[in-house]
Order: sequence, then C-alpha cells, then structure tokens
Amino acid sequence: MNVMTKPTITEDHRTIGDVQMEVKNITLRFGGVTAIHNTSFNIRHGEIRAIIGPNGAGKTSMLNVINGFYHPQEGTITFKGEERRDMRPHIAATQGIARTFQNVALFKGMTTLDNIMTGRSLKMKKNIFWQILYEGPAKMEEIENRKFVETIIDFLEIQHIRRMPVGKLPYGLQKRVELGRALAMEPELLLLDEPMAGMNVEEKEDMSRFIIDINEEFGTTIALIEHDMGVVMDLSDRVVVLDHGELIADGTPDEVQKNQDVIDAYLGVAHD
Amino acid sequence: MADLRTSAGETPCIREEHVLTTEIVLPDGLDTIPKLLDRNAREFGDAAACREKEFGIWQSWTWAQVRDEVDQLALGMIELGLREGDHVAIIGNNRPHLYWAMVASQACGAIPVPLYQDSVAEEMAYVLKHCGARFAVVEDQEQVDKLLEMSGKTPSLKQIVYLDPRGLRKYDHTSMHPYTDVQKLGVDQADAIRGPKKPTLREELDRRKETANGDDTCIILYTSGTTGRPKGVVLSNYNIIATAKTSSEFDHLSSKDSVLAYLPMAWVGDFIFSIGQSYWTGFCVSCPESPETMHQDMREIGPTYFFAPPRFYEGLITSVAIRMEDASPLKQRLYKYFMDHARAVGGAILDGKPVGPWARVKYLLGSILIYGPLKNTLGISRVRVGYTAGEAIGPEIFEFYRSLGINLKQLYGQTEAAVFVTQQPDGEVRADTVGVPSPGVEIRIDDNGEVFYRSPGVFQVYFKNKKSTAETKDKEGWVATGDAGFIEPSTGHLRIIDRAKDVGKMRDGSMFAPKYVENKLKFYPNILEAVVFGDGRDRCCAFINIDLTAVGNWAERNNITYGSYQELAGHEQVLAMIQGHVEEVNESVARDEMLSACQIHRFLVLHKQLDADDGELTRTQKVRRRPIEEKYTDLIEALYDGSETVFADTEVTYEDGRKGRIAATLEIRDARVVGAERMAAE
Repeated sequence: MNVMTKPTITEDHRTIGDVQMEVKNITLRFGGVTAIHNTSFNIRHGEIRAIIGPNGAGKTSMLNVINGFYHPQEGTITFKGEERRDMRPHIAATQGIARTFQNVALFKGMTTLDNIMTGRSLKMKKNIFWQILYEGPAKMEEIENRKFVETIIDFLEIQHIRRMPVGKLPYGLQKRVELGRALAMEPELLLLDEPMAGMNVEEKEDMSRFIIDINEEFGTTIALIEHDMGVVMDLSDRVVVLDHGELIADGTPDEVQKNQDVIDAYLGVAHD
Repeated sequence: MADLRTSAGETPCIREEHVLTTEIVLPDGLDTIPKLLDRNAREFGDAAACREKEFGIWQSWTWAQVRDEVDQLALGMIELGLREGDHVAIIGNNRPHLYWAMVASQACGAIPVPLYQDSVAEEMAYVLKHCGARFAVVEDQEQVDKLLEMSGKTPSLKQIVYLDPRGLRKYDHTSMHPYTDVQKLGVDQADAIRGPKKPTLREELDRRKETANGDDTCIILYTSGTTGRPKGVVLSNYNIIATAKTSSEFDHLSSKDSVLAYLPMAWVGDFIFSIGQSYWTGFCVSCPESPETMHQDMREIGPTYFFAPPRFYEGLITSVAIRMEDASPLKQRLYKYFMDHARAVGGAILDGKPVGPWARVKYLLGSILIYGPLKNTLGISRVRVGYTAGEAIGPEIFEFYRSLGINLKQLYGQTEAAVFVTQQPDGEVRADTVGVPSPGVEIRIDDNGEVFYRSPGVFQVYFKNKKSTAETKDKEGWVATGDAGFIEPSTGHLRIIDRAKDVGKMRDGSMFAPKYVENKLKFYPNILEAVVFGDGRDRCCAFINIDLTAVGNWAERNNITYGSYQELAGHEQVLAMIQGHVEEVNESVARDEMLSACQIHRFLVLHKQLDADDGELTRTQKVRRRPIEEKYTDLIEALYDGSETVFADTEVTYEDGRKGRIAATLEIRDARVVGAERMAAE
C-alpha cells in the first residue's frame, strides 16, 4: 500500500499537500452483513481520489461513512487533524465536506437558483426575524450569497436554467445543479457519488471538465465514485479499489490497472 | 435561363443601366471606426454604449468607458508587438470585450478578422493561415485549445489573448495573455519613455489612429461559402461607414434604439449592426449572457431594432404553437379567435390602410388580451424595425408577425455588399419580394436573369484571391450575386427565385428551382430542412429532415414512443404525416405554371439531422447541395430506381471533432402528384 504524505507537484503543476482525511480500520456492519471490513486509506489536500469497485463493493457505504450518514462499528476518521470515532452529518457539513448523490437528491419543485441557494444556508447567520423582514442585514446577506451562487451558475454554465424548476430538467443538467449546490458550501472536500452515471459521452466530457476545473480553480479536494474506468483513469491522482467490503488495492491509476487482484475482481474470479 | 427572364414578364426598361454610382460623402474626421468611437465618447460619453448580462445582472459601459477600454487594449497590443497592417483573429460568442478587441485592432492600424466560434480547428487553421493572422483574441479555453491544436499549421500566429481564464491556468503562457493583463500592460507602459526621439506608446497609438483613413481596410470577413473554400471579403472603412450611414437614415435609427447582438460575430450583418450602425448613430448594443439564454435576455432588453434569419422567426412560432396546444381550452379559443382577426386586419392597420372602426376596436381588445402578452413573451414588444434575410421566409410566418403589429421587413444582402442590396421601405412590405434597391445601390439584371449590383458598400477584393475577385466584380464595380431574379415592373421590387447555379432544367426542358419547393416544405413546422433533386432528371425527389421539437411534441401528444431522433424519423405515422405535407406542397407547386414540374414524386426522411460539422450545411445553416449529393449518392439512386427501402450508413462528426457512424434502413415513399390534365380541367 502506498502512503504518500509529503507535498508533491503533479505533472500538470497542481500541488498535492498533506493528508486531509484519514480513515483507519473502518468496519461497517448491517446486522449480519459486513459492508466494509477493516479498511484504511487517506485523502490528501488538493487531489482527485477515486473509489472504485464492482457492484456491492461498499463504495457508497464508504462515502456515507466519511460524511457521517453511517456510523461504523470499528475504526476512526481523522479530518483536518481531528480524530473521531465516527463522523456526524452536521459536523461534516460545517467542517467543509459536501457531497452529491448517486440518484439526484434535489428539491424538484424549486428552481435551479433556489436549489443552489440552499447550499448557502450554513453561511446565512442572520436570525429568522431579520429574514422575515428581509431588510437591512438580512438583505445584504442574501445579496452577498446570491452573488456567490451566481459565480457558481456561471462556472457550471447553467445560466439558461436559472429560473427553471429542476424537476423539469434533463438528468444531466440535474446532476450539474446538484454539483452546484455542493459547491455553494465552499467545501474543502467534495464527495461525488457516480457523477457521470447515466450520461452520454458529451455530458461526461463536460462533467469531467467541471471536476478538473473545480479541483484546479478552487483547490478543492475531490473523492469520487465512478464506474466509467476511462474517466477514472484520466481524472484521478490515486485510486482506491474495494471488493466485497475490503480494500484490495490503493495507488496511482497505472499501478491499480496492473494489479492482479483488481483484474480478478472485475473479471469475477471466485472468492474463497 | 433565358426563359426565366421572359416568363417573369420583364420589360426592357429594367435592364437600362443607371449612369451614376452614388458617392456618399462622409463628414470630416469620421472615416474610421476608432474616430467614430472618439466622437461618441465626446458627444454622448455618459450614454450606454453596450451591455452584457453577467452573473444574472446587466452590466453597462458608457461610450467614454468603451473608449478607455479600447485604448487600453490597443496600447497593450502595440506593446506586445502588433504592427500596422497585421491581422487579428477574433473568435468567440458575442461579448463586448471581443467587439472592443476589433476596434482596438483597428486603432492599432491592424485588421480584425472575426471567425465563426463553432468552426472546427481545421476550418480555423485555414482562415488563420490564409490571412496570416499574428494575433488572436479569443473567448475561452475551447477556442485556445483549437488554436494550440493547429499551431503547427499556423506559423504566423504569435500571440493569443484570452478573455475567460478558466481552465487555462496551467497552460504555457509565453505567448498567451489574459485580456485584462494586456490592458494593464498598456496602461503601465503608455507613457514610458522609449529613448530619444522615440514616441511613447500613447503617442504611437494616436499617430496610428490619425493616419488611418476611409480607404484603409476596416475588416476582413470570411464567407462561409455554399461551395469550396471560404473567401476573405475585404471591406474598407468607407464601405462600412457609408453603408451604416445610409441604412441608418433609411430606417431612421437613432441613439435611442437598442439592439441585441446574438448572431455570429463573423457574419457581416452583425458587424454592420453592432459596430457600423451602432457607432454611427450611437445606439446601445446588448450581449446575451450565453447563447442559450438569448430569448430570456431579449425579453429583458426589448430591442427596438432587430434582425434574425427566417429560421429564428419560424422557431418562435413553433414554440408558440406547441405551447398553445398545451394551453387550456378557453385560452386556445381566445387565441384562435383573435389571431384570425389579426390575420384579417392586422397587416392593413400596420400599413395605415383604411380599416373599419369595429374591426379596430376588436383589434385593440385583441392587443390587450392576446397580441400584447404574446409579443411580450416573445421579447418583441418594442421592435420598431425588424428584418429577416438570408433565405426566403414563409408567407404565413411573415404575415403572423405583421398581423401582430411587428414591422417585419425583408432585405436582400451579401457580405460583398456590406449587407444591403435591397430592402423593403415601410408601407411596401410583402412576403414575396425583397424590396427596392437600398439607398445608393444600383441593380441590373443580366440576360441570364442573374442579379448584379453596384454600391458604396461594394467590397474591395477577395483577400489573396485575384481570380475570384475578377469573376465576381467587374471593372465598373458591378458585382454578380449568383442569384437569379427579376424586378417587378409594376412596383420596382426585386424578386429572387433561387441561386443562379441551382436553377436547372429537367429532362423535358421544364425549369427546376429546388429552393422554391424546399421553402414551401420548410414552412411546415414539422419539417426542418429539405433537399430537392431533379436537375437533368425526369422527375423530382426529396430528402426531408424532421424538426425534433415540433415532431417530438406531436409524438408526445399522440402517445408515440421513441428512443432517438433516428427512431422518430423512421416512424410509420411520422412518415404518413410528412407524406401529407409533401402532397399539399405538390398541389401548391402545381398551381405555378412555370414550376409545376418540380412536384415531388418520391421522398425519404433522413435518419440524421443535416449538420454544419458534417459539411452538409454552411455555418450560417444553409444547405450545401453538392456535398450532400456526393455524400448520399446511394440514397439518391434509391429514390430514382424505385426501391422501397434503402440502407444508409453515414459518418457523423461530433462537436469535439471525433467521428462516429449512424446506420439505418430508410423507407422511401411515393407522394401523389397533381397531373397537368387535372390542373387544366380546373
């Protein structure tokens, strides 16, 4: 297993820093089913980290552990130097972890703009009375946050659907709106659960470009689950491979591709 | 084509040549665009010169600010080594900064060459190499990538200036600069001492602005060309400014007008409207937030002077038709009732013709209930002068807008004429003519029926292409349009029939004018594009492209499921519907004595949309007949050999330049044609 800790400069001039998140010896069980078994890996500042594996390998469970949806029976999670038994969703959110979901989880009846604005709720500090009045400080706060949301709308090139209810949008655009909502939190660590599932080639290319740009422009660390191997190998700096809840490989895309265990897992060799 | 002329009932006086070419005299000191900008900054410095929607808010720049922006960029570009006579490629969507880059280039004594932003890398490389551009000012990473990809083929290109830095951070910046950095460089270095007797940057810029005059090249515009390689049309400052002056006067444009710049910057019309006329009269030009938000932005801006190709107007009507079908029964009935009334009297009211008082009251009521809200939704409430050009517009479409009270007119123009050849004056507007010669333009029809013109806007030469220049423009300045047409003796209006080279003969000698039939087909919302064949053959056949929006909506309402464009295009019921349209067109064509042989006997619905990326359409979305004929020889053969189906396997190009294939078995249908006997009996 490779454990890199020193800051490194990638071929494309990005800086990858210290360990930002460390998951150690995580075991997660649902009754008698072990979803994740004794798994450890880390995510470093500024990198694009992929989590891959066949269906049911425990990838989404892992993301849910990282942002506190699930509470593992064993192990620890260290984020920004603070070690916890398990993460809690509200702590994850306030600490700067944002995520998108495998099946889009937006407010279907609300517009793109409003959906992304909800991502700013943690940044809105004014109390409810000010907000009901919508005057003075509350208005200024709203304007300030709206400004930020507009930069995201511009960034993701979704100006044309600003006022559209998201339920009416095609799937690919909904995914983009969801990404926008996550970005509105100004996250330090962005978790993407299959950002390209169900997209056509062109949409995938667009999404890849957005992921790279987010990483480069904002310096956001990204951990993503993805099934399209081409995309994973092109985008990510390091890849974690899970199979049946266990970590079977961890390394650069090249190393992982050559790993016999990974090849077996994908081609379906019988497990003992 | 001689029969074309005679059958059109031409009288001898039409070929009589006018003696003089009208010389337009420009006021002193207003013979270049940068000089016009200086005047505007002086005279209406605080008025808005341009707007752009950014981050959801309209940002404005006054004329004085625009002048400063342009000067700063010009200084920076000189510092980067831009020389007089250099060519500067401009690539991107309509953005104020790119318009400023054009004017800044002119201020430096260089020549802007705008390119179509959706061109693939090779097309760009051809133009860049042909004009020898040393600088390029581009919008974003997409365009930078295309330039870098082709850098091996464009050795002359030295500097790239880009607007949007996103994604470009890690690129090699030795010969690439952010737009604002260039402006900053200009400001920082403007007054730096360069050594004894050497002018400072600012002095150098002032000198360059001062020495430029009306005879210098203003811009080179590459025509997309329905055939062959694009040609660079060289237009002088005099061409542009004289045309802007006369055309502004024709439609009484003033600094109070407002336009939306959304058509490609590489197209001559956009340059004339957004720079020529705007700088001449001082009106404000607004740029949409992105191409997709254009309709919304148009509603917000409410342009008073508006230009669009027929396609745009058709698209608006299609969207209205689709939404009305989903509306409540009451709304549908109101809409139908008042639209019928508008069709009956709206045009007459607009033209100031006598209309009864009761009809007027009803029209007023309609304005409150239907026409007003409809115009507002479409963003055309304030349109005072609207033009359509480029292709023939369907009479019903034309009348639709006029009946709503929109002063929609037609014009006929060319890049080579700096747009204007003929246009319709207020009160003389009809769907089937393109109007009378624009101010200062002379028209001549030659013995073959081809239209020629001569005007102050006539281009100088095709850049580095003496042969084509000689073929198009003669020594006396007459330019061949390549279009066949005639002048109506009674009204003096010009009527265009088709491209002169496309007008052919069928085997029995009768005339074949494909565009005429194609336009009739395209007037149906369900048909996006049609290509008719028949030159030198015994009957006509056609390719049809369905309109995915219209047919898709129709399919939804009729519970027809489909998984792709291809599946929908091949659906039994879609074919039956298209067949109905074709047969209706045949009946209408049969009524035209001269062209009754052009009825369509057999047709097929194509499995893919004709596309500019596949070389089937020009960048301005016109059908490229020859390439289509060559590409689909097997399909055409099947149309004529009586087969009932044909297998098509076609290469397609995706937007990023990669290739793929689409295969399908297409059904060929026979359409009923109306016999000469029946017509005679009627």
